[in-house]
Amino acid sequence: MKWARTTAIVFLLAVSAACLLANVIAPASYAHQFREETNASPSRQHPLGTDDLGRDRFARVLYGTRVSLLLAPAAALLTSLLAAFVGGIAGFAGGRVERFVMAGTDLFLSLPWLFLLITVRALLPLNVSPIVSVLITFAMLGCLGWAGAARIICADARALAQSDFILLARASGSTGFRLLWRHLVPNLKPVLFAQFWISVPVFILTEANLGILGLGVAEPLPSWGSLLRELESFSTISGQAWQLVPLILFILVVSSFHLVLTKEELPV
Amino acid sequence: MKKALATFVLVTLIAVGSNRVLAQSGGELHFCLRSEPKTLNPLLAADDASETIRYLTGGVLVRVNRLTQELEPELATSWKVTNGGKTITFQVRDGLRFSDGTPFSADDVAYTMQQLMDPALHSPTGDAFRSSEGKVETEVLPKNHVRITFPAPIAGLDRLFDQVAIMSAKSPQKELAVLGPYFVGENKAGSYLILKRNPNYSEKDPAGRPLPYIESVRLDIQQNRDIEMLRLTRGEIHFINSLDAEYFDKVAAQDPAMAHDAGASLDSEEMWFNQVASSPLPSYKKAWFTSTTFRRAISESINREDMARIVFRGHARPAVGPVSPANKFWFNAKLQAHPFDQKSALQRLTQDGFHLQDGVLKDRDGHAVEFSVITNAGNKYRERMATMIQQDLSGIGIKLNVVTLDFPSLIERITHTFDYEACLLGLVNDELDPNAQMTVWLSSADSHQWNPSQKTPATAWEAEIDKLMRAQASTLDPKKRKADFDKVQEIAWQQEPFIYLVNKNALSAVSPAVHNAHPVVLRPQVYWNIDQLSLTSEVARNR
Amino acid sequence: MQKGLAQPTIVWKLPAEDIDTLSALPKLAAKILVTVLIGGFLGATLVRLAPGFGVDEEELDARLSDRSIQALRETRANEPNLFVFYFRYLNRLAHGDLGTSRTLQRPVLQLIAERLPETLKSVALGLALGWSAGFLLAVAIVMSRAWLLDLVGSLLVGVLLCLPAAVLALLFVLAQAPARLLLGLVVFPKIFRYSRNLLARSSALPHVLTARAKGLGNMRVLVWHILPTAAPQLLALLGVTVSVAFTAAIPMEALCDIPGIGQLAWKAALGRDVALLVNLTMVVTLVTLVANSASDLMGRTFRTSEA
Repeated sequence: MKWARTTAIVFLLAVSAACLLANVIAPASYAHQFREETNASPSRQHPLGTDDLGRDRFARVLYGTRVSLLLAPAAALLTSLLAAFVGGIAGFAGGRVERFVMAGTDLFLSLPWLFLLITVRALLPLNVSPIVSVLITFAMLGCLGWAGAARIICADARALAQSDFILLARASGSTGFRLLWRHLVPNLKPVLFAQFWISVPVFILTEANLGILGLGVAEPLPSWGSLLRELESFSTISGQAWQLVPLILFILVVSSFHLVLTKEELPV
Repeated sequence: MKKALATFVLVTLIAVGSNRVLAQSGGELHFCLRSEPKTLNPLLAADDASETIRYLTGGVLVRVNRLTQELEPELATSWKVTNGGKTITFQVRDGLRFSDGTPFSADDVAYTMQQLMDPALHSPTGDAFRSSEGKVETEVLPKNHVRITFPAPIAGLDRLFDQVAIMSAKSPQKELAVLGPYFVGENKAGSYLILKRNPNYSEKDPAGRPLPYIESVRLDIQQNRDIEMLRLTRGEIHFINSLDAEYFDKVAAQDPAMAHDAGASLDSEEMWFNQVASSPLPSYKKAWFTSTTFRRAISESINREDMARIVFRGHARPAVGPVSPANKFWFNAKLQAHPFDQKSALQRLTQDGFHLQDGVLKDRDGHAVEFSVITNAGNKYRERMATMIQQDLSGIGIKLNVVTLDFPSLIERITHTFDYEACLLGLVNDELDPNAQMTVWLSSADSHQWNPSQKTPATAWEAEIDKLMRAQASTLDPKKRKADFDKVQEIAWQQEPFIYLVNKNALSAVSPAVHNAHPVVLRPQVYWNIDQLSLTSEVARNR
Repeated sequence: MQKGLAQPTIVWKLPAEDIDTLSALPKLAAKILVTVLIGGFLGATLVRLAPGFGVDEEELDARLSDRSIQALRETRANEPNLFVFYFRYLNRLAHGDLGTSRTLQRPVLQLIAERLPETLKSVALGLALGWSAGFLLAVAIVMSRAWLLDLVGSLLVGVLLCLPAAVLALLFVLAQAPARLLLGLVVFPKIFRYSRNLLARSSALPHVLTARAKGLGNMRVLVWHILPTAAPQLLALLGVTVSVAFTAAIPMEALCDIPGIGQLAWKAALGRDVALLVNLTMVVTLVTLVANSASDLMGRTFRTSEA
């Protein structure tokens, strides 16, 4: 597995470097429309062809990766930390605290948060920049996506709280935050990493789906979500393989995240 | 031997003949509705799906032939408009029955009109008849005549009855008892409807055979257009009544005979600026948007040809004004689409005190010209159009922010809060007559999008339009009406309250299994002659 | 890594506080009811405060007269404030009336009664598929300790997580596969990922290593040593996946035009149909609470104590 992990790390670094150097590497601006070359096949000028409006797809993939690769993991990290905080404290405290917090979590899971997203968007000025708009969208996703994982973390924390090593740590004088941070959290890592790894693609796709409601990234700024939305049409099966490149890149990046993270997981 | 041969020939002829009959009758026509019908009451039908059900099940006094655009008798044998356009008298057919067997008479027409003109009923069908305040009188006369008198003249009165499906005054089934070719047989909410042949339908073909040919119609609720397209290519449905431009070429590639482009439709896509004085916009932006020169410059900066070619794959044409060229009589042929000329646009802006500074357009007070355009999220075509306009305007130093909103949020902004700068939407026109656009052009009306519900016209040109629209509505003389409405179009062309972008073509796809389909521009494009459509024998036998 | 002094013994017993389960149930039911009602109120609040509430798409219909448009607006404007609305709603609820849907013009009770079975079918199928595939794959990986299988499983899950639901729906239609199974593919990655990690951690515990060293067979080790340790978390996961499946049903039903409550919720959201949304929020809250409470109760039957 070591070679796979190394390959994944190198790949992620290469992708990160490519999108940081997008200004240099991209053959054209991600927004410029080459109107005489719409839906073009790959060529020297346009390595991945062009989209419906004649925009260079390679440039859009590079800039879209920049947006999504930065914001989606940040939102996933936020959601994992919130889940760890809420679930960890509830499970560790147990009793009424746990019951109250978990009831609140269940309620949180059931509410139609879509309306909150719509409301927040409505509160933003219409002329807000696309990057600010997408930043706020991902931040909201990060703040809203913790509830499911919190339940599992709570159950995990509850089990761990009753384990011998925690009892030993308490007996040794460890209490409160120190007990949580030094002894409990490390053992919650498998669940936290699972949550993080799942959240990244889920948030990217959610951003794409929210585009149907005007909550995604604004034109002309690309994101993986908006690039993937190109595939959601009948033309996907029309045999233009280069249109699948954003999807393949997405899969490779998510898989690479997994391989990198498995170093921290317990060996099978 | 001879007798056996003759018998054989006779039997063969009968078999072939009955196969021909089979080829022209039976079977189930299958197509999709894009949403669930909100109502089966024909008087309240306002959404596409409900209007489809109304068209397929409702019997009307007169019908606009969607191919010839001429008015034809249906339940009425004759009609006469008198009293300066205030009164219409119909003679209805005798001996007809509703689908449940209830007899039809002039009383049902009177009943339907009474229901339709109930002040508590608010529907597009009823509102088309409300020319002014006052009661509508209906009178049942001898020999199957019914007279309807309105408080004020209504131009194009007879054609409005194309939308009025006659309901039974006596049937216990209420609106489910119909006079049209089909009745609602099965309705699985959210999933499908099955319409069955009306055994009491009055029409027959020239050979005297009862219509409709097709036994039943199945309407699946299918919002996803990609899946609808897939189902068409697999032969699961028989046609797509309104085909998206991006699918047209794919259908044509599969089978050129399936793809139909009937030419420019009556619909248009347009953009407008918020000119509401009380809107929460900064005053300098209000000054931009209320300037005709500014609007003309924006219009000249937009490349409509590219839009038609790229967004609609060539299945659209640059729009000229409020009337599509498909509306042959009412379209002002003297007008041309505004040309794409950014040089001219910049000259106009310079006249208004704008100037370019480091590639950024600024007004006389130094404000960089930046504004947003809202459109409804999820509509790929409008999103692309807005993105193209964004690039076009960047060519003259204007920064356009494209904001897609979900529809209720958008409606709230353009009708209630007026918290928007520009909006890109489309106008769906079902009617040829300009009276249908009355609420758009009258400055006091709620649908006067750029500045609705004005107490007095804000500008001289809006006052002029008010005068012209009222004038054309109050006369029956088609020449006078045409002259007045041509002037309205000229003013709209000059002032550009709406920046008309494109008229989309009426596209449809029809399976070769369907016979006698002649897709047209007017809705419903494909099944306008539903009672004369038939399916091939193979399909009929299988079903 | 857990470092215990003693080998934990897995004891299957009901904790003292749960022995009298029957008497705890009414309390649980009351808690669920209160939470559901709060959920309904909060759901109504979110809808009422969202932009676009109180407007109607028909206002843009140019065929309507000004009077009709005004009448439409007055109807919406006359809607009572949030608290009055919810009070009246609860009053009607007590009489079995869930109100009328504004967008579909039909009683909400009828709509839910027609469509809930469709969603339950989809959710049941989806969960069955997701759990069978996800859990069994996780077990196979943990028990076989084959890194290649782990890699393949993770890549498969990665692909499924990355495929947009609309693309999956299209592929299903292309393959003429039942669209309901799409939910299974939505929950499968989560189930697999969590199960794999939980089982992997449990299998590395000292008592499991001891059991293996003592020559116990794989099945015995799995059933008696690995599963019980991971059971509380797995049961919590089960409860969560029910909620995830219901939430995922909304876009899935909207995409594939399945007439379930997910599709209903989508239409209600687009139409700001508060009567429908309140009821649907309460249904989802109820299902979530019941599923999670059940999994909690089951989880509490597994306890470890020192030998």
